[in-house]
Amino acid sequence: MPEGYLPIFVFMVVALLFPVVAIVAAKLVRPSSPFATKLEAYECGIKAASSSRGRYTVRFYIVAILFVIFDVETIFLYPWAVRYQSLGWFGVAEVTVFLVILVVGYVWAYKKGALQWV
Amino acid sequence: MNVDLISILGNFYVLTLIKLGLVAGVLLTALAYLQWIERKVIAHIQLRVGPTRVGPHGLLQPLADTIKLLTKEDLMPSHVNKFFYVLAPMVAVFFALSAIAVIPFGPKINVFGIETYMQLSDLNIGILFLLALSGMGVYGIALAGWSSNNKYSLIGGLRSSAQMISYELPMALAIASPLLLAGSLSLREIAESQAGFMLGFIPRWSIFQMPAPQLMAFVLFMIAGFAETNRIPFDLPEAENELVAGFHTEYSSMKFASFFMAEYANMVTICCLATLLFLGGWYPIVPSPVADYIPTLVHLAGGGMLIFHGLQPARKWDKYTMPVFGVAFLAVGLLFLVPFLQPILLPLFWFISKVGILLFLFIWVRATLPRFRYDQLMHFAWAFMFPVSVVHLFVTAFLVALLK
Repeated sequence: MPEGYLPIFVFMVVALLFPVVAIVAAKLVRPSSPFATKLEAYECGIKAASSSRGRYTVRFYIVAILFVIFDVETIFLYPWAVRYQSLGWFGVAEVTVFLVILVVGYVWAYKKGALQWV
Repeated sequence: MNVDLISILGNFYVLTLIKLGLVAGVLLTALAYLQWIERKVIAHIQLRVGPTRVGPHGLLQPLADTIKLLTKEDLMPSHVNKFFYVLAPMVAVFFALSAIAVIPFGPKINVFGIETYMQLSDLNIGILFLLALSGMGVYGIALAGWSSNNKYSLIGGLRSSAQMISYELPMALAIASPLLLAGSLSLREIAESQAGFMLGFIPRWSIFQMPAPQLMAFVLFMIAGFAETNRIPFDLPEAENELVAGFHTEYSSMKFASFFMAEYANMVTICCLATLLFLGGWYPIVPSPVADYIPTLVHLAGGGMLIFHGLQPARKWDKYTMPVFGVAFLAVGLLFLVPFLQPILLPLFWFISKVGILLFLFIWVRATLPRFRYDQLMHFAWAFMFPVSVVHLFVTAFLVALLK
């Protein structure tokens, strides 16, 4: 279906070219005089005390995993929503079952403390 | 000659190129001036005047900013991961700009016998496309935070990715409920399903539409939209008082500007999407004969006000600049009365005013509200937004089944 996607691909090429051209153009006109102190990691003037590739809290992983689960379930709701008017009460029953399963998972995650940040 | 020209212009590829040029040109100009408007509006809310030095009322400020950012030294710190460091701003801009390709700005129009839609391309899965792009948008910020190899950047990038994915859930669920009413994923069909009026005067926009008014979904969508675009009160990724500048601490020059452009482009996309889903797209707020004169009246009032202020100048140059802008406003106002231009300009006016009002809301909130704390932010997303949007979707489904 070129009529649908071709303009989008062309627009994406423009969207990609724009930052590339801007950054390359900036390279041509800007001054450049780097020296060692200037190129250090910015830590408010103090020498970097440790590597920044350290550990960070596990909650970020938990949020990412929960997101994958719930977002896929959300996307499943879209075809249902689009065809809803022709489904009628059958659609309501279906989505009730679906949402109950979703909510059970949500309540379990909540009880486990996965959504508590502190 | 005329027939030849029209058949050439009517060609699908030529037409696409013309529309592409228009959309890209208008969008990039709008993004540049959005920043000027933001600075002006925030300044006036805080009883300052904002940029005034570059051009009349600082109108050339975006140009000056571009030149400044182009000619600034672009530092690449020695400790960064070079490939991803350069890639990140490009990724951010690429996904932010691409999203505009599926947004319709108006209905089918007929110019010199060429029928075309005021939209680059109508995908039958337009909403999914936009959600996919907004999901990919996380990469720009996460990569920037990680590749900078700086603690502030890393924390900013992590916060941002966690925040954006957390608010994507209520956003996706809030979008699902107007889909129940519209029954389509194509943005144009969703907007067209909101045409007309109930009882003769209440517009059939999703936020009013019976049997299930979507006001709640609109509020949820806008809150999630603020979080998705990393705007105050959800700008934790770049919280100045704790993270210096967050994920773009180590960026300078044009790469730094790219992130800002991406943020503003995302704002425009969110506002367009809210307009199309909830506020009836390009359909007017009152029935036709009255609605056709509102744009003219608004512009005439604006022009009159400008000329009035020009006659009583508050600053030195107002005497000259205000009347010029005033006359321009009057001329634009009269353009809306030309029957040939009306089918093009009226829908555009309504669409752009709605988007403009929502953008103003973004700026207004930025000037008004303080920042969340990060644990409050995540708790708000998971313990309030998510359950409320699930319940709202279910209630909408129930009402539609009951009353339709």
